[in-house]
Amino acid sequence: MADPQFQFLLRMGDNTLVLGHRVSEWCGHAPVLEEDIALANTALDLIGQTQMWLRLAGEVEGQGRTADDLAMLRDAWDFRNVLLVEQPNGDFGQTILRQYLFDAWHDLMLAGLRESSERRVAEIAEKASKEVRYHLERSADTVIGLGDGTNESHGRMQAALDLLWPFVGEMLAPDDLDRELGKAGIAPDLEAIAADYHRNVRAVLTDATLEIPADPFTHLGGKSGARHSEHLGHMLTQMQWLQRAYPGATW
Amino acid sequence: MVEVQPSIADIWGWLADVPDPEIPVISVVDLGIIRDVTREGGTVVVAITPTYSGCPATSVISMEVEAALRANGVEDFELRRQISPAWTTDWISDAGRAKLEAYGIAPPQAAGGPERCPHCGSGHVERISQFGSTPCKAQWRCRDCLEPFDYFKCI
Repeated sequence: MADPQFQFLLRMGDNTLVLGHRVSEWCGHAPVLEEDIALANTALDLIGQTQMWLRLAGEVEGQGRTADDLAMLRDAWDFRNVLLVEQPNGDFGQTILRQYLFDAWHDLMLAGLRESSERRVAEIAEKASKEVRYHLERSADTVIGLGDGTNESHGRMQAALDLLWPFVGEMLAPDDLDRELGKAGIAPDLEAIAADYHRNVRAVLTDATLEIPADPFTHLGGKSGARHSEHLGHMLTQMQWLQRAYPGATW
Repeated sequence: MVEVQPSIADIWGWLADVPDPEIPVISVVDLGIIRDVTREGGTVVVAITPTYSGCPATSVISMEVEAALRANGVEDFELRRQISPAWTTDWISDAGRAKLEAYGIAPPQAAGGPERCPHCGSGHVERISQFGSTPCKAQWRCRDCLEPFDYFKCI
């Protein structure tokens, strides 16, 4: 069972790492100071959660790799994050919508993981879920504010939803690994999460006066590592540059 | 020479003098992040829980706890990171809450917002942002004295 658990922990840790890095790209660039601080704090929480997930992944793997090794010394094909989180920031609305679509899943996932049969997973989920509840409150409010805002903000949010919606299905569709972990009681049943997700997200997007695209097409390949989008590699060249140029550098 | 081991109460007393690096007006004990002090064999074990998982102050706090133990002659110790049960602002002591308010930071409230402005005491307050200068705080302002202030988020 060590390998599926390792892969699962990479999924959790890579989601928070890649989204945390993406959100941190806003630092110093957000439209107003308060939003800049909010984005930086969200990124910080996600990177902190990454440290817990990837540290445990390294322990479970048992080859002496640390959280830093896993974050900085793997290449794109070894990452197990969903495609949604590696998508570029776009404008502020697109960043906030990506955050909301992820937060809504993350919150339900962590609630399920708090009941995990693996104690160390349950402990991390307990800690992270408090932070994520707060992220979700903010991203949902902001999506509603911008969606049900001016013509300009509404148009941008609808365009962002049209762009990002095809990435939602990957978080909710169980693959063999998800089913195996579900059976072992380590992770929750994704199909049950999907039902709650659709209900919650539909309510928020309706309040935001946004329309969910009718086309059910879903991009897959991130969490299995089979086919990341080209954006991940470009992001890693930034994120991993220092450890690649100066291997083992510390300060 | 007979070495006298410090009592657990002594150790708690020293830790009560270790300030939080970001909000130095309260101690790490007031903040409720020192979860336990025990002795295992000859080793003093201090269990510390992080406030927020990414809070950069966490490693500074460990260094300061270590310095406080060494300054009091404790060499054989272990700092144990404990994430469960997850930290809650309910663990901030009453003394800590009073010190926060006197310092200008509204203490956490179950209602989700500050009870009153820490500067003038008015209850006429509004939120500026859900986040603030550190992961544990949000930005609010007083609509009477017009001063902005930090609010310690309730989690």
